[in-house]
Amino acid sequence: MKEQSNGDIRIGCYICHCGTNIAGVVNVKAVADYAAKLPGVVVSRDYKYMCSDPGQVLIQQDIKEHKLNRIVVASCSPLLHEHTFRNALEGGGLNPFCLQMVNIREHDAWVHEPGEPATEKARALVRAAIKRVALHKPLEKKETKINRDVLVVGGGIAGIHASLTLANGGMTVYLVEREATIGGHMAKFDKTFPTLDCAACILTPKMSAVGENKNIKLWTYSEIVKVEGFVGNYKVTVKRKPRYIIEDLCVGCMKCVEACVFKEGKTPDGFNEGLSKRKPVYMPFPQATPPVVLFDPEACIQLKTGKCKKTCVEACDRNAIKFDQKEELIEINVGTIILATGFKTFDGKRLPQYGYGAHPNVFSALQVERMVNASGPTEGHITLKDGSKPKAVGIIHCVGSRDNRTHRWCSRVCCMYSMKLAHLIKQHTDAEVFNFYIDIRAPGKGYEEFYERLQEEGVHFIRGRVAEVTDWATRKDEEGRLVIRVEDTLAGFVRRIPVDMVVLANGLEPQTDSQDVRRMFNISCSTEGWFLERHPKLAPVNTFTDGIFLAGCCQGPKDIPDTVAQAGAAAAEAYALINAGVIELEPNTSFVVADDCSGCKTCIPLCPYTAISRDDVSKKAVINEALCKGCGVCVAACPSGSIHQNLFEDEEIFSEIEAIL
Amino acid sequence: MKFTYFPGCSLKGSGRAYEESLFVVCKQLGVELEELDDWNCCGATAYMAVSERQAFGLAARNLALAEQKPHELIAPCSACYMVLKKTQKYVAEYPKIGQEVHEALKRGGLNYAGTAKIRHPLDVLVNDIGLDAIKKQVKNPLKGFKVAPYYGCQIVRPYADFDDQHDPVLMDKLFKALGAEVVKYPLKTRCCGGSLTGTLPEAGLGLSFHILREAQRRGANVLATVCPLCQFNLDAYQRDMSNKFEPVHMPIVYFTQLMGLAFGLDAKTLGLQRGIISIEPLLKKQEVVA
Repeated sequence: MKEQSNGDIRIGCYICHCGTNIAGVVNVKAVADYAAKLPGVVVSRDYKYMCSDPGQVLIQQDIKEHKLNRIVVASCSPLLHEHTFRNALEGGGLNPFCLQMVNIREHDAWVHEPGEPATEKARALVRAAIKRVALHKPLEKKETKINRDVLVVGGGIAGIHASLTLANGGMTVYLVEREATIGGHMAKFDKTFPTLDCAACILTPKMSAVGENKNIKLWTYSEIVKVEGFVGNYKVTVKRKPRYIIEDLCVGCMKCVEACVFKEGKTPDGFNEGLSKRKPVYMPFPQATPPVVLFDPEACIQLKTGKCKKTCVEACDRNAIKFDQKEELIEINVGTIILATGFKTFDGKRLPQYGYGAHPNVFSALQVERMVNASGPTEGHITLKDGSKPKAVGIIHCVGSRDNRTHRWCSRVCCMYSMKLAHLIKQHTDAEVFNFYIDIRAPGKGYEEFYERLQEEGVHFIRGRVAEVTDWATRKDEEGRLVIRVEDTLAGFVRRIPVDMVVLANGLEPQTDSQDVRRMFNISCSTEGWFLERHPKLAPVNTFTDGIFLAGCCQGPKDIPDTVAQAGAAAAEAYALINAGVIELEPNTSFVVADDCSGCKTCIPLCPYTAISRDDVSKKAVINEALCKGCGVCVAACPSGSIHQNLFEDEEIFSEIEAIL
Repeated sequence: MKFTYFPGCSLKGSGRAYEESLFVVCKQLGVELEELDDWNCCGATAYMAVSERQAFGLAARNLALAEQKPHELIAPCSACYMVLKKTQKYVAEYPKIGQEVHEALKRGGLNYAGTAKIRHPLDVLVNDIGLDAIKKQVKNPLKGFKVAPYYGCQIVRPYADFDDQHDPVLMDKLFKALGAEVVKYPLKTRCCGGSLTGTLPEAGLGLSFHILREAQRRGANVLATVCPLCQFNLDAYQRDMSNKFEPVHMPIVYFTQLMGLAFGLDAKTLGLQRGIISIEPLLKKQEVVA
């Protein structure tokens, strides 16, 4: 270290204009001239775009011509172009880690007014980098092999599409789904907007394809309980909950369901959003994949008391029922993971002014989806609780969306699905349909046209956030009905609109356990609880944890086309990693100087990546380089100063600070 | 359990029955109330609309006085409760208002630190004392009482600190605990007309009327409130409403009066004779010993 800093250090310094991004604020020429006079600097230049090919060639030529061995580039954030310039160094025959970048764009030009102070700040930052870069050591890149198998978590349309894409490309995919069937929310829909094609017709073939694909290992009714390892080499523990059925034997003939001692179902059916009842042994819906029944231990007499006639067992000619089935833990090794854990819908009960749960004819949009579905609880009929047809229906948009009291975000799908339901309600019942909206958001392909079609069909659109749904009648025509009170902000007065049925267009929100899931997979969440992509524009399916990708609504509300597109992108990103075979590891990892380590274990629990362990023989801390992400927590925490970090050695940081001061 | 009690103007005047019933009910439940010494107008009435600054000053003076006592402050009148809470928030969050208020108080030799805790008796009795303790005191369950629980606007708006803003339920639970039947009542928090009944009766009267008619339609035989202005508006103008719209007739009581009745306390000590629409027929019919 010391020898090097005293050795023959020859620094090249490059100040980027970034067009006028930097040069419009900072006097780049003055900074380059200033740097030229600093100790160790052999060449100092300013150039219009350092990241361009000629800019990089400039560095490479200088390396050869002036025998440079350290490079400083003052330009944008290293997040953007550190990789570019490291490659340039390598191309010029220099170790790529002999580079130091200075961010004079985001940290200077973009946040200051043009003038001398901004230029002075650039000088100081460049001075610090020059002092620091002299201490950089050549480091070696490390590589690790990638396991070719992929884990996909969540079997909605996102997980299904990602799994099929990868499996069709020859990868082995483990698809793990918490519910008893794949299909997710989409399986509950009747039609999809704006084309009104049948959701089942387009989804179920994909579901069966998953079930039949030899490259996909499908585990439904299962959850991930533990994730260890790192990109390319994850070790994942899957919990398979007991469904009290031997999956390989069951063919879904439903004889056990017919034979069950319960003649009628007594448990609210989750798949039908509580609109019907199911028996203790059931199949979520006819096209469930896998087509296997399951027992509900909360409802089944045999499982609860052990004292049932077990007519189901008699009825099963395949001996598939196994009441003593236990939960099973399976460990798998995968190289990459795609999270497609989806969303849940906002609970309308949280806004009591809309009367969900209080007035029987206030429904959630998903309940109406089930009603209008031919295989749903009313066999495709939209009916009130008393079985009659509604004459007027109000659909309230933005329930739990665009609202400071609940969720601030736009859920993106509600305008469109509300219009789809409006169309279907009109078609099925000929009722008068009112949409209450804040703004109509119809920005997809064919969406605006659908909105227009609805207006032509005579669906009413009233702009205003509904104040309340009440059974307080003030006029004859309101009696016995529900009254929607709303300020019509286009007409400029308050309306009372009597209807028979109210539909709440509930927004989308993160899954209840999204925080637990993100912790388990060591990824980030936005403050709202959606999983955070690495970059909203340029890395929308990546996470900050390498090898873990996002697909679908777990990253934020989106419709089916966007979900499928994202799932495809996530599969492609995973495929790119797998196809490379190996991955390069950043060398900015921590290491322990064993002689100084007292084995106090302070660092071990602090490491967010569980990269540190204690060697039982030497009784010293050991850092797994493959796991270390170079966050520096252990370096700061080590009481004896025995942990160092490549590229962030104390001397490097102190010299940088010293030069700025 | 002891509280500092801020009566405000109403509980010493038109809302005397509220004070009377609150005191005896609290005593029964072991809650001691000590009246705030030298209190002044809370700042509600017309003050807030005419001069916000003076209104905040008035309210803050009460809060400063209350802070000299080691107890939380009970404000039974909804308007007092809301204005005191509003003042606390504005003084804390708007530096200019805070500065003016602090300077004014300083000139009067007072200091307001912002720590006063402002409570409504419905919150204290149901949440602090608890329904179990209340049930233990019930000697005459309110059988045959069909109560419309009317919360008014100000105890849950804008500060919904102890109940839901749109669908408050504490009174519902309380009256069930007292053995009464609670009517499903959608107008729980709708405006009673407030001061419009006095200033713009053609608007105010209609608002009060809706509240009573709906309670009547839903089979209520008594309507309970937490606010002296609501009580007054709904009680005093029933003849006018009946003449102008449809006949309405219903006794309007404070929630504390119903508690007292259930506790077996004397109707007179609860101020029940002060109601303009008499509750006497209901008491007789239900044979509540009072």
